[in-house]
Amino acid sequence: MAKPLKSHYDVVVIGAGPGGLAAAISAKKTGADDVLMIDRDPELGGILLQCIHNGFGVETFKEDLPGPSYAQRFINEAQSVGIEYLLDAMVLDVTPGRKIYVSGARGGFRELQARAIVIAMGCRERTRAQIRIPGPRPAGVYTAGLAQRWVNVEGYMPGERFVILGSGDIGMIMARRLTFEGAKVERVLEVMPYLTGLSRNYVQCLMDFDIPLQLRHTVKRIIGNDRVEAVEAVQVDERWQSVPGTEEIIPCDTLLLSVGLIPENELSQKAGVVLDPVTNGPFVDDGFATNIPGVFAAGNVVHVYDLVDWVTQAGLTAGRRAAMFAKGSCNKKAVMVPTAAGRNVRYVVPHKLDPETLTQDAITLQMRVTQPMEEAVQVRITDGDTLIAKKRERYARPGEMVSLTLRGQEYDAVRNAKKLVVSVAPV
Amino acid sequence: MRSQYDVIIIGAGVVGCMVARWLSRYTLRILLVEKTSDVCTGATAANSALVHAGYHAVPGTLKAEMNIKANPMWDRLSEDLQFGFVRSGAYIVAVGEDERPSLDMFLDRAQKNGTPAQIISGREMHKREPCITPEVTSALFVPAGGICDPWGATIAAAENAVMNGVELRLDTEFQEFLWSDEEVKHIVGIKTNRGRFHSRWVINAAGLFADEVMHKAGVRPEFTITPRRGEYFVLDRSRIQVQNVLFPVPTPISKGILVTPTLHGNTLIGPNAENVEDKIDVDVTPEGMDEIWDGGKKLVPSLDRRDIIAVFAGLRPAGNAPCQNPDVHYNHDFIIEIPEHVKGFVNLGGMDSPALTAAPAIAEKVVELLREAGEALAPKADWDSIRPARPVFRNLSHGEQAALVAEDPRYGRVICRCEYVTEGEIVAEIHAPIPATTYDALKRRTWLGTGRCLGAFDMPRVINILARELGKDPLEITKKGDGSELLFRRTKEVP
Repeated sequence: MAKPLKSHYDVVVIGAGPGGLAAAISAKKTGADDVLMIDRDPELGGILLQCIHNGFGVETFKEDLPGPSYAQRFINEAQSVGIEYLLDAMVLDVTPGRKIYVSGARGGFRELQARAIVIAMGCRERTRAQIRIPGPRPAGVYTAGLAQRWVNVEGYMPGERFVILGSGDIGMIMARRLTFEGAKVERVLEVMPYLTGLSRNYVQCLMDFDIPLQLRHTVKRIIGNDRVEAVEAVQVDERWQSVPGTEEIIPCDTLLLSVGLIPENELSQKAGVVLDPVTNGPFVDDGFATNIPGVFAAGNVVHVYDLVDWVTQAGLTAGRRAAMFAKGSCNKKAVMVPTAAGRNVRYVVPHKLDPETLTQDAITLQMRVTQPMEEAVQVRITDGDTLIAKKRERYARPGEMVSLTLRGQEYDAVRNAKKLVVSVAPV
Repeated sequence: MRSQYDVIIIGAGVVGCMVARWLSRYTLRILLVEKTSDVCTGATAANSALVHAGYHAVPGTLKAEMNIKANPMWDRLSEDLQFGFVRSGAYIVAVGEDERPSLDMFLDRAQKNGTPAQIISGREMHKREPCITPEVTSALFVPAGGICDPWGATIAAAENAVMNGVELRLDTEFQEFLWSDEEVKHIVGIKTNRGRFHSRWVINAAGLFADEVMHKAGVRPEFTITPRRGEYFVLDRSRIQVQNVLFPVPTPISKGILVTPTLHGNTLIGPNAENVEDKIDVDVTPEGMDEIWDGGKKLVPSLDRRDIIAVFAGLRPAGNAPCQNPDVHYNHDFIIEIPEHVKGFVNLGGMDSPALTAAPAIAEKVVELLREAGEALAPKADWDSIRPARPVFRNLSHGEQAALVAEDPRYGRVICRCEYVTEGEIVAEIHAPIPATTYDALKRRTWLGTGRCLGAFDMPRVINILARELGKDPLEITKKGDGSELLFRRTKEVP
C-alpha cells in the first residue's frame, strides 16, 4: 500500500481479477478521483495467476499470453494510473447505501463508503454436492480449480492417477497439466452428449495427449473411505438415467470435478442486488448497472464468460459507468429496452439496454445457446417481428459464447422496439 | 503416561464424552480411548442435531425416561460448556385429512411422558411457518424441542473433561479386555493397538460397536446393533426458508424425514432410514437422495434442488434390547447397566435416537450406578464446570469484529470465504485442549468448508496453517487421519 487507506472513495472495486482490474483502470481514466480495489488474495490478478497456460489476450492484444502475463499488463497499468488497493482482505458486507465492511490480516477491520461500487468477485466451481455423486466422502475429490491452484501456485500434486468428471475448460486444461507433471489421467467423463468447454481445449489438452473423453457418461459412485480408490463410471440415456450393464470400475486416487461455474453473488445479494435465476448473476443494463443505484457488476460475476478478453471488455464498460455515476454525470432518464432469449438461446446479457448508448458506442449482446448446432447458424435480433441485426456463425455450441454487436446504424430500430429478441437458428 | 486408571471409557462420541465430563468432577483417574483421529466421528458426527422433547419415545422405556430427564438439562449444559443450543420448539405436521388422527397418539405419548404439547390448526401452522405445504391440516407443537450443535456439544464436553484431568487417547482402538488372575469374570483393563491400560472400571460407550465390545465382556450375546443409515441434504444459508423444526407424521421405524433449520442457519432435510450391513457405510445413494428430497418436499413444496450445498449420511446404532419394564413391549431400548455377572464393567448400548438428547442424563445415570456399586466418588475441590468458548468471528457484530481484529490480526484474515472462518479461529482450535490436527477436525470445530464451495477455496490455506502450526510438511496433512492424506507429492522441480 503506497497511500494510507481513506474512508471515502469515488469507486470501490471488489475483486482484482481481470474484470476488477479493467473496471478500476477504466473508472480512474474516466475521471474518478480515487479508486480502491479490494482482493482476498495477497496479490492482484485473481484466478489468472493460477492459469499458467496460454490462450489469453488473443482478442485484446492480438497476442497469445499465459494468464499471469495477461494480468501483469493490467496490474502495471493500474499501478501507473494510481489505483489504490487493499489485498489479503475479505469484504464481509456491502449495504444498499454502498457502505463496505472489509477485514484483513494487515489492513485490519474497516468500514468504507463508496460513491459507486463495482462488484467483480468472479465465479466459483460447482461441487460434488451440487451434482450429488453417491458414495462415501474420502480425501481425493477436488474441483479442477483447486487442483490447479495446488499444482501451479502451491507446487503440490493432489494425486497420481486421475479421473476427471466434466468437460469444462479448467478440467481439460488440468488434464494436460497433470500429464506434464507425470500423473496419469485415465479418463474425462461428460454427462452431456456434447463438450461443455471450448473445442480448442479438447484438441490441445485431450486429443494431443491421448486422454479419452466419454460423452454421456458420469460417475455412478465413488469408492474408498479414507482416500479415493476408484470410481464407478456409467453411461446415461437421454433422461440422464444409468444404462444397466455399462458400469465400469476405473481405479484412480483422485476425482477432479469440472462441472460448471456459478457467479459468486452472495455479497451482491447483501447489497440488495437482484439475480437472474438463469445466469445466477445480476440483471444488468448495457452499462452493467444492477438494480441498486451505484452498484455495477463486471466479469464472471454477471455470467460465466468463455474468454478473459470479454471479461476485460465488460470490466472497462462497468468501470466507466461507475465513475460517471460517482461523478454524477450519468443519464438518469434512460428509457430501457429489454432483451429476451428466443429460439435456442439460454440467456442474453445485458438484460436491458439504453438506445441512447448507441449514439456514442456499440453495445455487444452476449448469449449462450441451449443446444449445439454443428451447421452454419444465423444469430438474429428482432423486435419480435422485424429483423434488426443478424450475423452468421459456422456453428453454435453451449460451451462457447455467441455475441452480436449493435451499432449506431441500429439506433432507430432499437429505440422503436418494445423488446429485442435474440435467436440462433440454422441458416 | 500412566497405565493404571480408575475408569476407562471406550468411545468418544457424545455418550462417551458426556460420561467423561460427568466423571471428571470426582477424584478419579480417567482414560477416554477413541479409535479414530478425533472425537465425535461415529454416530455423533451425522444426525439431525435435535434435542427431542420426548413425545416420540414409547412411554415406560428407558429411552423415554432418559429423554425426559435430559431435555431440561440442555439449557444449563449449553451455558456451562458454551456451545450452540436453541430451545426452538418442534412440530409434527399432519398433511391431508388421513394424517390428522395420528397426532392424537403423539399428544397422548407426550402427556404420558410428561412433556407439554398442544395441537394447533393447519391455519395456525401456516401462520407460524409460511412455507409449509398448503395441504397441512393440523400440527402438534412441542415447546421443549430444540436444535443443537452436536459436534460443538461433544467437543466441548470432551474438552471440559480434559481440562479437568481426563486423559484422551485418539487413534487408540480397543481390542480385548484384560481379566483378573485372581477372580473370574473381573475386568481389570483393556488391550489396545497402543498397548495395555489397567483400570478398576471399563465403560462401554462404543456406539455402533457397542455390541462387539459387550460380547467380548461376555455380556448379552443376543444383543446386536444394526446400523441404520440416514441421508441428509444441507441447503444454502443465503436462501433460508424454514424457521421451525418440522417433523412429518412418523413411520413405524423412524421419525420420518424432517425439515429443520440448523444452528448455523442452513436448512437440513433428512433422514431416511435404511438398515445396512457395514458399520462404516456412510455412502449416500441415488435412491436415498430421491427419498429424502420427496420427504422434504412433502412438508415444504418450495424447496429448490439448486440450493443443495452438501449431502451426507450418518449411521444410527440401533439395538435390539428389550425394555426392562415387562408391561412395555419395545425391543430397541437403551442399555445402561452394570451387569451382575461381570465385575468392573459398565455397559451402554443401543444408543440410537434419542441418545444425543439423552447423553447428559445417561452420564448422570452412570455416576449413580458407580455410586451404587460402592465407588466413593469424592468431588474434586478444583473441578471447573465451565468450558470457555473461543471467539466465532461470523457471529460477532461489526464492532466486535473490529475489536477482535485489533487485538489479534489473525482474526482479520478470512480463510473460509463462505462461512467467514478466520485464521485466528483455526489457530485457536489447533492449540485447543483437544488439538484439531486434521482438516475434518477443524471443519467440525469451526464450520469451515461446509458452505457453498465445500472447501475449494480454503483447503490449500488450511493445509498450510495446519502444517505451520503442527510443524509438519503439508504432504503429511490429512482429511481425517492416516490414509487420508490430501496431497501426494511436490511438483517437478524447475530445472
